[in-house]
Amino acid sequence: MAQRKSFRWHIAVFLAPAVLVYTAIMIVPLIGTLNLSLFNLDEGNRIFVGLRNFATLFGDPRWSGAFWNALANNAWFFLIHMLVQNPVGVMLAALLSSPRLRMAAFYRTAIFIPTILSFVIVGFVWKLILSPIWGIAPGMLDAVGLKSLFAPWLGREGTALTTLALISVWQFVGIPMMLIYAALLSIPDEVIEAAEMDGVTGWSQFWKIKLPLILPSIGIISILTFVGNFNAFDLIYVSQGALAGPNFSTDILGTFLYRTFFGFQLQLGDPHMGATIATAMFGIILVGVCLYLFTIQTRLRRYQF
Amino acid sequence: MSTARQSTTRTIAAHGVLILYTLIALFPVFVIVVNSFKSRRAIFADPLALPTAETFDLIGYRTVLQQGDFLLYFQNSMMVTVGSLFFVLLFGAMAAFALSEYRFRGNSLMGLYLALGIMIPIRLGTVAILQMMVASGLVNTLTALILVYTAQGLPLAVFILSEFMRSVSDDLKNAGRIDGLSEYTIFFRLVLPLVRPAMATVAVFTMIPIWNDLWFPLILAPSEETKTITLGSQVFIGQFVTNWNAVLAALGLAIVPVLVLYLIFSRQLIRGITAGAVK
Repeated sequence: MAQRKSFRWHIAVFLAPAVLVYTAIMIVPLIGTLNLSLFNLDEGNRIFVGLRNFATLFGDPRWSGAFWNALANNAWFFLIHMLVQNPVGVMLAALLSSPRLRMAAFYRTAIFIPTILSFVIVGFVWKLILSPIWGIAPGMLDAVGLKSLFAPWLGREGTALTTLALISVWQFVGIPMMLIYAALLSIPDEVIEAAEMDGVTGWSQFWKIKLPLILPSIGIISILTFVGNFNAFDLIYVSQGALAGPNFSTDILGTFLYRTFFGFQLQLGDPHMGATIATAMFGIILVGVCLYLFTIQTRLRRYQF
Repeated sequence: MSTARQSTTRTIAAHGVLILYTLIALFPVFVIVVNSFKSRRAIFADPLALPTAETFDLIGYRTVLQQGDFLLYFQNSMMVTVGSLFFVLLFGAMAAFALSEYRFRGNSLMGLYLALGIMIPIRLGTVAILQMMVASGLVNTLTALILVYTAQGLPLAVFILSEFMRSVSDDLKNAGRIDGLSEYTIFFRLVLPLVRPAMATVAVFTMIPIWNDLWFPLILAPSEETKTITLGSQVFIGQFVTNWNAVLAALGLAIVPVLVLYLIFSRQLIRGITAGAVK
């Protein structure tokens, strides 16, 4: 009979600090929020209402219009990030990692700079640039003879959300670039040399050799983008205010939650419905992440060098 | 001959794309910095011109420095960011090592539990956090912010680091074990140096949201002594919204420290990436 293994203390020691801080400061307060979504006020008393808050949120015309609008806007926001930010990030990283490229450090540093700026700065500077009054953008379009193309993009219902999504892409493209760059650098030279011996170079080398090797990193980036976009709030709040104007066309789940939770103008804050929205966001994100973890990530191959 | 020409064309194309994107990335920063040094009239007359002897004006910076205590704000931001970063990297790497290295009951459950935090913004628990901080007397201290940011940064750090630690060769660690190294020595001496590039990446990603956060400073530490630079400049912009000189100068001042911090750090990052790459 095999001897029973003694308790491996080092595992507990390695895990303890992270688990303790994380549980106390993050999980316990979050459970408080989820719990709150099951209650509501009835004539001033807090009563247990089960899932009725969710029925209100999804079905009651006073709430559901705003909720589905925010969800649809959020999905569009995410789509633009996936279609623009990640391909551009991969392309920049691929260019940067090409061998013997001069000034690579400079480009990498410069392209990452927008990512380190705060939303306060980003929101304000793009408002200035796109403003029809101060008018750097109209002036520049005028200089190349395209003045007729200019419109107050942030002020129109049809274009405001897309403009904000592109501003957000501008700000965060450095993150996929850095992660992919690190992944590309960690591909061993032997692999690349072997490919070159076999006559696989340039584009086909990228598609056939490098891309499969960096797929796990692209997966991580996609899931981070998903989570980040469905938690987004700051940029819209800073540039369009809590009302997510014009006419709620830039309202996403984060701003909707903020308005509900803390109130705005004449409407009072409603912690119970706020907690309900927070729980719904939690559910959406959980479903997306589980889909990724259980269907895509398990099929990705990892290589040990 | 033909391959040489082809590769020259490719190099030029690569530089072209990168330069174009660099211009797009830096243009707004350029606009802020340039205009913050100009007089009010010049800001509106020609926003893209560099300040000349006639249009050069420091009125914006004078207003900012008279009105706000930016040096103190900067100190607070530094302490909070560096403190949180240290704990996130240390605790995060330890937990990631435990998860990626050992098989034990509940391993994947623990991984999932820690990864939950990536999905849920810690902001959803703000009310309970505030109550907790009030109860423990930590409101309006930098400690409260460091605690919250450590909790906020840990999940992503554990996720990325364990992903990277899986690709550290098992043979190396087993060789260490055969030589009689303790698990702690293997972690600190063998594994940590090998995942340095990943650590640098995590550090950058953890540092940015902490430095730029507006929410928790506003709620947990809004007093004058504990204001961070982001909160300070937000309050300042709110008060001086029509004074463009002052606003641009405040934005300029908010950019410069984080830019310097990043430039120092990015050298570290590059060194980490190139020296640490396991080949």
